[in-house]
Amino acid sequence: MFSFILRRIAVVIPTFIGVTLLAFALIHMIPGDPILVMMGERQIDPEFYRAAMQRLGLDQPLYVQYGHYVLNVLQGNFGQSIVTQEPVLSEFLKLFPATVELSLCAMMFACAIGLPAGMLAATRRGTVIDHVTMGGALTGYSMPIFWWGLILIMLFSVHLGWTPVSGRIALEYDINPVTGFMLIDTLISGEEGAFKSALHHLVLPAVVLGTIPMAVIARMTRSAMLEVLREDYIRTARAKGLGRTRIVIVHALRNALMPVVTVIGLQVGTLLAGAVLTETIFSWPGIGKWLIDSISRRDYPVVQGGILLIATLVISVNLLVDILYGVINPRIRHAR
Amino acid sequence: MTQKMRRVVIASAIALISGTASAAGTLIYCSEGSPSGFDPARHVTGTDFDASAETIFNRLVEFSPGSTQIRPGLAEKWTVSADNLSYTFTLRKGVKFHTTPYFKPTRDFNADDVVFSFKRFTDKNFAFNKAAPTDFPYASDMALDTNLIGIEKVDPYTVRLKLKTVDAAFLQNLAMSFASIHSAEYAESLLKAGKAQQINTQPIGTGPFVFKSYQKDANIRYDANKEYWRKGDVKLDKLIFAITTDASVRYQKLQKGECHVMAYPKPADLKAMQTNPKLVVPSQAGFNTGWLSYNVTRKPFDKLEVRQALDMAINKKSIIDAVFQGAGQVATNPMPPTQWSYNKNLKDAPLDLAKAKALLKKAGVSEGTEVTLWAMPVQRPYNPNAKLMAEMIQNDWSKIGIKAKIVTYEWGEYIKRAKAGEADTLLIGWTGDNGDPDNWLGVNLGCEAVGGNNYARWCNKEFDDLITTGRATTNQAERVKLYEKAQLIFKRELPWTTLAHSTVYQPMRKEVQGFKISPFGLNSFYGVSLK
Repeated sequence: MFSFILRRIAVVIPTFIGVTLLAFALIHMIPGDPILVMMGERQIDPEFYRAAMQRLGLDQPLYVQYGHYVLNVLQGNFGQSIVTQEPVLSEFLKLFPATVELSLCAMMFACAIGLPAGMLAATRRGTVIDHVTMGGALTGYSMPIFWWGLILIMLFSVHLGWTPVSGRIALEYDINPVTGFMLIDTLISGEEGAFKSALHHLVLPAVVLGTIPMAVIARMTRSAMLEVLREDYIRTARAKGLGRTRIVIVHALRNALMPVVTVIGLQVGTLLAGAVLTETIFSWPGIGKWLIDSISRRDYPVVQGGILLIATLVISVNLLVDILYGVINPRIRHAR
Repeated sequence: MTQKMRRVVIASAIALISGTASAAGTLIYCSEGSPSGFDPARHVTGTDFDASAETIFNRLVEFSPGSTQIRPGLAEKWTVSADNLSYTFTLRKGVKFHTTPYFKPTRDFNADDVVFSFKRFTDKNFAFNKAAPTDFPYASDMALDTNLIGIEKVDPYTVRLKLKTVDAAFLQNLAMSFASIHSAEYAESLLKAGKAQQINTQPIGTGPFVFKSYQKDANIRYDANKEYWRKGDVKLDKLIFAITTDASVRYQKLQKGECHVMAYPKPADLKAMQTNPKLVVPSQAGFNTGWLSYNVTRKPFDKLEVRQALDMAINKKSIIDAVFQGAGQVATNPMPPTQWSYNKNLKDAPLDLAKAKALLKKAGVSEGTEVTLWAMPVQRPYNPNAKLMAEMIQNDWSKIGIKAKIVTYEWGEYIKRAKAGEADTLLIGWTGDNGDPDNWLGVNLGCEAVGGNNYARWCNKEFDDLITTGRATTNQAERVKLYEKAQLIFKRELPWTTLAHSTVYQPMRKEVQGFKISPFGLNSFYGVSLK
């Protein structure tokens, strides 16, 4: 098992190098620079421009800038935002918990609906239930997030008044960000009603962000279950006279879960991509919006550092899934 | 339950019952984005200034609410020397800096604070700048870094500022957000603690609201400054900026009562807003101009007849209807009508395709001549959809036999290439900074600005003499005459086709009282109350 983990980690190292290079190259390939973008149509005094570029180290050749960047990263220094002049890591750590909280809730929603829906469709194959469930999943998968978010806001927030429009908590509550996770921080603060308000604010964004993963999980669960339900050991279990529920839950689901777990791991990337839009619609202070703003402002250190930190996260989750996969299925970890 | 907690719970209960998210005396403003920081001198956008200069800080002189005229601020009065190069300010006594958990002032505002705030712009070896390296883009833009050659403390409540050359707009410049006055005592304490950069994250000012907390992309909280020197200006207990980047969501929040005032509505939502009984939507002509610039150094735009022909072929009214969805007005002059010295007597040439064709023929421009028409890649108040505007102009010009090829670049690149003179014609515009006519005519049409903001590369001696004289004249009546004449020459020579001034709409709930739309597009909450 140990050598299996080591092998997986070894594959990760070149990926990291690729990510630093790619993040650096992509943002520098976009025309314009932070000073030009900041000043827009204002006049720029050439002396001011030269001094500003020098202060930011942007007057150096690109390979020198890349070298500095990599050296700093190796020392754990992700640089300082050009716009806010705050360290990138500290900005990331302030915003990241909001994205994690939203993504986790979205994933919980996706699994809670997607898994049973997939199982139901598989066990009722070819029936109306199957068609309706899978039709629903396909619709969910094709849903444009921005539109879907606004429709839900208009229905549930404005017309029915059940949920707040946006934000993480009602503005009456001034919660001190201890962990950055609002659900936890509201509990720590002990303010009455704060936890409920935070939960209330989480519902719509989690549903919007979780819709696509939910659809993917439902479809994947269905096809994996159908595959497994055809296996000999299921027939044997049936022949032994086991109950239908026991066969589906104990015998079929555990084996069908393997591809589903992989898909859940892969959905982390989708969640982060979807988080950009969801965070914009719901004014959710997470890293998605932070990165998009930084790209438009050519805030090089934030884009480079942010992408690297997110890549680290996605790679780590996938590594974890790989290892988990090995745990669930011993054939994988013994394969060379 | 502590008293504070009890208050919070009661406030939430009231909010839940009434369907609004605010406690009495707490105004919630749905702002459009996160500020880059809270040190106004470092930043350039309205988003930054709303969150800092308009709330936390004051300046020596300030713009009167809703106006481009200045009024005394931290300076009670001032005198100008006979040569117009020396300004002596008498400072207001008894002005308190904010007391916060991170700083407790031991003295009132005085001349040291003014000296500190301006030395940052001019002294390259200033210890504070070395500890917190940054740029001061607006100070550089208004040439304060080079023109301000003396900052002298005459006595604790008198400061003298000396200029290298006469700048008639100097006082207007001092009223701009970037020239906000910081506490020298606070700066010194930061310097000693090795935390100079904190001036951008934990600000201390003398303004109507005291900074409380900021959560990036979520909210900014302020408490009212109960010790504010202009007593009538603080009518709220608390002010909260709820950062909401999407305009549709801001509107939903306003409708639901989750905020009282919202920034930048979408033109498409205005009709619904105006019919909503819970909202009011005051409006005002925007302090901006959008135009089409002809590069007069390129053929055939060097010929006046060609510029006249192209100008009279453009249907400006349709542009206002389609691009601004009615939320704009046709621009005749390079400056908006709210700018003093605006020449009211100027008229646009009437739309006349036959005359335009004849003019082109006279200039020797054959039918089918190809030109480039640059369209900005970004939205601006003076041009919310440059691509659509370019397409409409392209269509208008095709009727007189001119084939326009629409070109666009990434914004930074667009500006860089436009300044290098690569465009034949380009869409661009300007939003006024300081309410001075030179900020329109000098900055965008002066000979010195060729290679910079003078995208038309138009250098007319007669025009340039007038604006140069205007810049060195401090008598406003004389300046009005000079600038009116300059506009006449502009209209005669047509280096641009002026297209539009946007209309600024400020949707808010009916209970908001005393909000004034700033000509500069800023959002200020002093003097504002809730019914």
